[in-house]
Amino acid sequence: MSAVIAFKNVESMQVAEADVMAILPTQAAVSPAPTLMEHAPSAQEDSPALGREPGRGQRLVRGARELAKSVVPPLLGIALLLGIWALFSVKNNSIPGPMQTWDAAAKLFADPFYRNGPNDQGIGWNVLSSLQRVGIGFGFAALVGIPVGFMLGRFKFMNRMFDPVISLLRPVSPLAWLPIGLLVFQRADPAATWTIFICSIWPMILNTAEGVRRVPQDYLNVARVLGLSEDKVITRILFPAVLPYMLTGIRLSIGTAWLVIVAAEMLTGGVGIGFWVWDEWNSLKVEHIIIAIFVIGVVGFALEQMLLLLAKRFTYESR
Amino acid sequence: MKPIVKIESVGQEFPTRAGRFVALRDINLAISPGEVVALIGHSGCGKSTLLNLIAGLTRATHGVLLCDNREITGPGPERAVVFQNHSLLPWMTCSENVMLAVERVFGRKEGKAKLTARVVAALEMVHMEHALDKYPHEISGGMKQRVGIARAFAMEPRILLMDEPFGALDALTRASLQDELNGVLAKTGATVVMVTHDVDEAVLLSDRIVMMTNGPAATIGEIVTVDLPRPRDRLALAEDSRFAAYRATVFEFLYRKQLKKVA
Repeated sequence: MSAVIAFKNVESMQVAEADVMAILPTQAAVSPAPTLMEHAPSAQEDSPALGREPGRGQRLVRGARELAKSVVPPLLGIALLLGIWALFSVKNNSIPGPMQTWDAAAKLFADPFYRNGPNDQGIGWNVLSSLQRVGIGFGFAALVGIPVGFMLGRFKFMNRMFDPVISLLRPVSPLAWLPIGLLVFQRADPAATWTIFICSIWPMILNTAEGVRRVPQDYLNVARVLGLSEDKVITRILFPAVLPYMLTGIRLSIGTAWLVIVAAEMLTGGVGIGFWVWDEWNSLKVEHIIIAIFVIGVVGFALEQMLLLLAKRFTYESR
Repeated sequence: MKPIVKIESVGQEFPTRAGRFVALRDINLAISPGEVVALIGHSGCGKSTLLNLIAGLTRATHGVLLCDNREITGPGPERAVVFQNHSLLPWMTCSENVMLAVERVFGRKEGKAKLTARVVAALEMVHMEHALDKYPHEISGGMKQRVGIARAFAMEPRILLMDEPFGALDALTRASLQDELNGVLAKTGATVVMVTHDVDEAVLLSDRIVMMTNGPAATIGEIVTVDLPRPRDRLALAEDSRFAAYRATVFEFLYRKQLKKVA
């Protein structure tokens, strides 16, 4: 999306887009055989000309076309991004181009887990320690946020009591809490974890509370008519009903936490991907900063997908 | 025969912003064992309110409700409810849904094997044995309601309370479930109170039809005793003059005596 918007500023974009448009229809509509070879080489052996039964060939053509539809657009998007980047690096010498960055990345990822003292460690260690901070901060947030959310959802009084507090604190950037963390913990590392805790806790509380509020009255009536004990009501009815909302809260929390950790680590230092970006900036290794941007993006994307998958597993089509 | 449920001068009021709203007044009714009673009336006449009172989901503001001569103070497994929208828990399979009820009622006295046998028997009774391990979203609306009925029957309740059990189903599915219910009732001799707004359903299934006046302050208008032999066959009854007469009586009550002013 942002790539497309950025493109509008570049004049040559018009040409590039026109090319893209010209390529697309041919791939989608006309004979799939020539264009498909690069994506689905197996289709070549079973192409309609060789196939004994026409039905099978047709099915293959259709399947290949579907594959092209799902693979070609994302590839084009990434190609576009690389194109702009390359163009940009040609016009601006201080920005390394894709090839230069690739070489640097190959060197970097050849040994991601080296250790030369506390301030010079491989990118693998940096990513892992950032993930660890996110994990710990988020873990505490879940530990506090889920029970609080349950209480706010269950008791109107509690909800009214905490509503102004949450409304006031939620819009505050978690980084504003960093000095308080530094003051209380006297060390940089728990202070960063503390900011993660703060930014994770709001979505956890609010989504859990919303889930509890939305438990259908029918389910609660079933529980009452069956005369289920309180622990059965919680484990068999409330918890499964609230779980999808909790997972949404977890996904939002982790997403924000991954955004915030980079900024927090830039301020606190130590080992971590955010600190690493800042360190590389101080030594002017711009290609490493670009690599870090990709790594942060890939990790964030992976986290999101993992949690989406988890949420899908625990979402029940009701009705 | 001693009645299972006795309702004595029961009234129900709800506090609203505009003051007290009287939903029900002066309800008197006794339900005998093995009887099938239909509550019918225009929407808003408080028939579901009355059913909820018997279920114990709400408490009456006036009068007393008794079940086996004990005051009804809350829900209990001897008064099973079939909800209008099946209310199966979507994260449990059909058999797990039924097991939840069976476990509660018989779990202390019986072993796992016996409980499972009860679950299977209940689902077999409504011809849903093929869906033991299916989740509610994998089966049709009519099937879900069958499982809901199986869950209620599996508890072996003293009385079965049904709140428009087939209201959410299409006409053909509804007809087949009514026939099925008739069969189950014949087999089990269960006592049933059923809320409905379907005149044919009321005549087809019940021994007595309790017709309620319009709200607010609704009460029992008339009671018709349906003296049709069982088992009742839908097709044979369609030609039966007595069936037509009962039908006409209920229609007469609903559409002449209690015609609802169009809002």
